[in-house]
Amino acid sequence: MEDILFYIFAAGTLLSAFLMVASRNPVNSAMFLIVSFVGIAALFVMLESYFLAVIQVLVYAGAVVVLFLFIIMLLDVEDSDKIRPKIFTIVAGGLAFALLAIGVLGLFASGAGGPEPELPMRTAASLSRNFGYQLFTKYMLPFQMIGFLLLAAMVGVIYISKKGPTASSDEPEKE
Amino acid sequence: MTVGLNAFLTVSGLLFAIGVFGVLLRRNTLVIYMSLELMLNAVNLALVSFSRYNATPDHSMMDGPVFVFFIITVAAAEVAVGLAIIVALYRKRQTIFVSELNALKN
Repeated sequence: MEDILFYIFAAGTLLSAFLMVASRNPVNSAMFLIVSFVGIAALFVMLESYFLAVIQVLVYAGAVVVLFLFIIMLLDVEDSDKIRPKIFTIVAGGLAFALLAIGVLGLFASGAGGPEPELPMRTAASLSRNFGYQLFTKYMLPFQMIGFLLLAAMVGVIYISKKGPTASSDEPEKE
Repeated sequence: MTVGLNAFLTVSGLLFAIGVFGVLLRRNTLVIYMSLELMLNAVNLALVSFSRYNATPDHSMMDGPVFVFFIITVAAAEVAVGLAIIVALYRKRQTIFVSELNALKN
């Protein structure tokens, strides 16, 4: 049963990721991105990282994609559907994708990765309590620094998007 | 569950490859940015599956998930800053297509 679920979620994640790349309209891309993120959250659940699955849905499918949609709405780029990518771009991108995919699939098909490890039993790892304990003991310093980084990012975003005298009084673009 | 580590790593690698494909193919900066987020997620999946399959009953290997937690936080901050930069760029140049952002080319 779990195996079938794994294959369903993996196929859905990969398919929606590909549709995200392939769809013309950026809004459709953002919608497929949500599906892909939720699929990855489901894979996290199968790996018994429940807390990370919740965080994934909250932060990525919630906040990040909403931010993307907001910016798409704000910029309102009209002629995105009309531009076709150049044939050279398609060939180069497809070649890079094919090399990476064949490399990954070939590595696991050839068995060079060694024997499959057994899925070990785990007692307390799935508990969020353990997660929080680690965050506040072993990873206290990175945790504080992440908080400071978020503050710095917030100040930076406000400064960049502020339409102040530095942004508006610039002379027009010289070609 | 009989699905092994290699299956999860295959999904992760393919997701990363799709992200690379999107970054190379698309010319809309926003979609390129979404593909970058997809690549970050693929790496997160690999980290979580490695830590899950290396856990023992005594030691539950929380280092991978905690690292993923930090990656998600940094990625959220990065998205906010990057989108603000894209908005500032659009204000100045009236375009978000990388094919038209060639001021450094000549």
